[in-house]
Amino acid sequence: MAARPPQQGGRPGARFAQFKLVLLGESAVGKSSLVLRFVKDQFDDYRESTIGAAFLTQTIALDESTTVKFEIWDTAGQERYKSLAPMYYRNANCAVVVYDITQASSLDKAKAWVKELQRQANENIIIALAGNKLDLVTEQPDKRAVQTSDAEAYAQEAGLLFFETSAKTAENVKELFTAIAKKLPIEQASQRGMRAGTRQGVQLGGRSEAPGTQTGAGACNC
Amino acid sequence: MPHDGNAQPDSTGAVGSTPENAAAEITNALPKPGAEHGPLVNVRDDNDANNGLDVSRELTPPPLPPRPGQLDLLGDRDHGSLQIRKKASRPQLQTRPTTALSRADVHTQNHRDISGSRSPGSRVLSRKQSYATLGRKGSDLDDSGSLRSYAPTNFGDETESLLGVMNNQHATTPAWQALSAQLERDNPFERSFHTEDFFAIRMQHEFDEFDEYRKDGANEEQLLNEWRARLKHFFILSSSGKPIWSRHGDDQLISNYIGVVQTIISFYQDKDNNLRTFTAGNVRFAILMKGNLNLVAISKLGESDGQLRTQLESLYMQILSTLTLPSMQKMFSNRPSTDLRRPLQGTEVLLDALADGFTRGSPSTLLSALECLKLRKSHRTVINNTLLKTRSPNLLYGLLVGGGRLVSVVRPKKHSLHPGDLHLIFNMLFEAGSVKAGGGENWIPLCLPGFNNTGYLYMYVSFLSSSGETAEERPTTPAGKEDELAVILISANKEGFYELRQMRDDLVEQLQRNGSMAVIRAAVRRGHPSVQEIVPGTVLRHFIYKSRGNVQFTMPSFEPHFHGLVARRRLLSLYHALHASIHTRTAHLKIQHCVSHDAISLAWETPLFELYCVAGPNASRDALAQGANKVIRWIRREEERVFIIGGAVF
Ligand SMILES: Nc1nc2c(ncn2[C@@H]2O[C@H](COP(=O)(O)OP(=O)(O)OP(=O)(O)O)[C@@H](O)[C@H]2O)c(=O)[nH]1
Ligand SMILES: [Mg+2]
Repeated sequence: MAARPPQQGGRPGARFAQFKLVLLGESAVGKSSLVLRFVKDQFDDYRESTIGAAFLTQTIALDESTTVKFEIWDTAGQERYKSLAPMYYRNANCAVVVYDITQASSLDKAKAWVKELQRQANENIIIALAGNKLDLVTEQPDKRAVQTSDAEAYAQEAGLLFFETSAKTAENVKELFTAIAKKLPIEQASQRGMRAGTRQGVQLGGRSEAPGTQTGAGACNC
Repeated sequence: MPHDGNAQPDSTGAVGSTPENAAAEITNALPKPGAEHGPLVNVRDDNDANNGLDVSRELTPPPLPPRPGQLDLLGDRDHGSLQIRKKASRPQLQTRPTTALSRADVHTQNHRDISGSRSPGSRVLSRKQSYATLGRKGSDLDDSGSLRSYAPTNFGDETESLLGVMNNQHATTPAWQALSAQLERDNPFERSFHTEDFFAIRMQHEFDEFDEYRKDGANEEQLLNEWRARLKHFFILSSSGKPIWSRHGDDQLISNYIGVVQTIISFYQDKDNNLRTFTAGNVRFAILMKGNLNLVAISKLGESDGQLRTQLESLYMQILSTLTLPSMQKMFSNRPSTDLRRPLQGTEVLLDALADGFTRGSPSTLLSALECLKLRKSHRTVINNTLLKTRSPNLLYGLLVGGGRLVSVVRPKKHSLHPGDLHLIFNMLFEAGSVKAGGGENWIPLCLPGFNNTGYLYMYVSFLSSSGETAEERPTTPAGKEDELAVILISANKEGFYELRQMRDDLVEQLQRNGSMAVIRAAVRRGHPSVQEIVPGTVLRHFIYKSRGNVQFTMPSFEPHFHGLVARRRLLSLYHALHASIHTRTAHLKIQHCVSHDAISLAWETPLFELYCVAGPNASRDALAQGANKVIRWIRREEERVFIIGGAVF
């Protein structure tokens, strides 16, 4: 096993940065589905509820010379896992808080997550709000329970990125993650990343002392 | 290694205290594995119980004096209760464990294959068909009628039986007698044709999903008929009567039944942790009361009461695994009418998968034993050493699983691995599928009730890609069940993910470098040998050998004789009957033959092993006995390959 963070050929001027991303939101809003679409470009009409949390990675190229690798925590939305959430968002550089646009209550839950993140997570955390299952209202507009404008206004007020997405049709999924990547402090992170070496595993070995825990300024967690 | 295990001195004299013996400790040290196969027995006629007993007494080593571990193990089996855990040196053995093998092999026609992959249209069609065929039978089992006709036959106080599991009046009834009893036996051809057909159709539809219950009740009749035609039901209710989970049908559909079941249970509200059983027609009811929960099994598959109890205990353990015992107790003491469905949300799939396994039949559940991947001893030693070398500080247990079978285990000396816990883990990872479908690595809090039912452990899971010998990147697509390889690392440290992930990377890298990965993959690909490869020319069609000392079993492939869901269930039903017959409280039989219209079979028990063999209906008993002896001989040669005799202990 070579070091996993790809070196992108070591091209001069190439930037590579790695960030932790956490997905939060009520059960069944489509967190796992969004991740699966983003990472594997797959979708299942029937997906079982996540048990515990899943950890996936995906690398995207922002431009010719800039590569961002996401380390993604897809958390379980079931109530009984609530107390474990801090473990996943504590070190996160960015978060996607998901609700289901056909379930009004899921937005309330999303707002509660945003609040918790803003209070407890890394202060520079970048948060995106994703209203998922857009395909359902495209077919049947009366299924919509959360108006785009309402959610958008809330997102703006709370300083969040905002997208309505469909894991099923892939609409806005890539866009969502790309928008997050663009807001992340890549310059900073990639410089640190180079200095800190490349064997991420070694650096991640610790617990709360792991790099990225006390990331002041959205630093690299690679 | 093929050399004789007997010849190996037990270097310390203390079983389980050396790495060589570690596996025995996994589920409690029992007799030295090598001692198992002293003499080969000429299997004698079954019908004479004493004869059988004598044979086994004379020709097998006398039972070793019970060690504390042994007593615990058996005691655990008997009670299976959480209450005894403080006293027992190891946590209660509530479940018959399972390993993968059964899964791997039985899986080919599982739930999904049968129902899930069909288009809704075709599923409806096939269900209709089964309804038409079975409708009449279904109404025979009509609730009110049959409920009036039962009488409790067993008050389930099993405590006096050392082996506990087999308290059962039906042990003499071969399992499929229940299935074939419906039809007249005058014309053997007719009978077997119809019986087979009947059972086959039911079994094929056992895993179908129900249509949605229509609000207006228009399809109620049809759904209820289908529901009644099911071969096996489970319910879990709170002691206040709230439904928690049921195997088939939604709450609305079966609310009447739930009410009836609750009424029956209320007759028995006197003593905890007992199994109450009764029969109505060809249906066996078993009710297990566990603290705040009542668990009910209703089966037409002919299991013994002990076997049903094991299944119920496993479901109970699954619930504890999600909630832990104290937190469940707290919920109920705060609010007796607690609706447990909410905190259990999302784990129904795990209960369903357990029930599916019990319905298909699994040797590991039946025998409370694990199956290991067959490897050369020297290869396994290298793997064990690699596990020890890469072990990270907070690791509690590490498991390597290939093709659903245990490859190696690393664990601390003072903690054994509970087969019931392993069953839950295997069920979650290899049966339920939701973890694998997530496609990444996983970090799963879970309570292993056999280990400690009061708290959570954290399990790191990574499925390795089977394609290509390099696991450079983590797999993008989960491997097929048959050849998947999983690294399972368990820690008490909830922040241990990155640490264990690093261990996983180191482990995989080193296993690749020292060639073990290739060895494991080759062994997984090889699958099970056929019975003919093991005993050339034998009349045997299948066998299961359980080493009691190692709490492990081994068996050949189901093919070519037991192809598909129905054939395997029939075989497993036969094994259940044989198992029950030598485990009843009153049974002194150590060798039992069973002859039926489609098989002749044998169960042979000694203090050290259980062997179950099946041959075709025309085979002679001599040939069957000869086959059994040859299996024993093979085991003696191969036991250090088919069983994990040394584990990695730190
Ligand atoms: N139509 C539609 N269905 C979706 C979409 N995203 C998810 N689903 C479905 O919604 C269900 C729940 O999706 P999951 O991805 O499992 O939801 P989750 O948020 O991960 O749920 P938990 O793991 O329980 O927290 C699944 O059956 C998905 O197929 C979508 O964009 N459109
Ligand atoms: Mg999920």
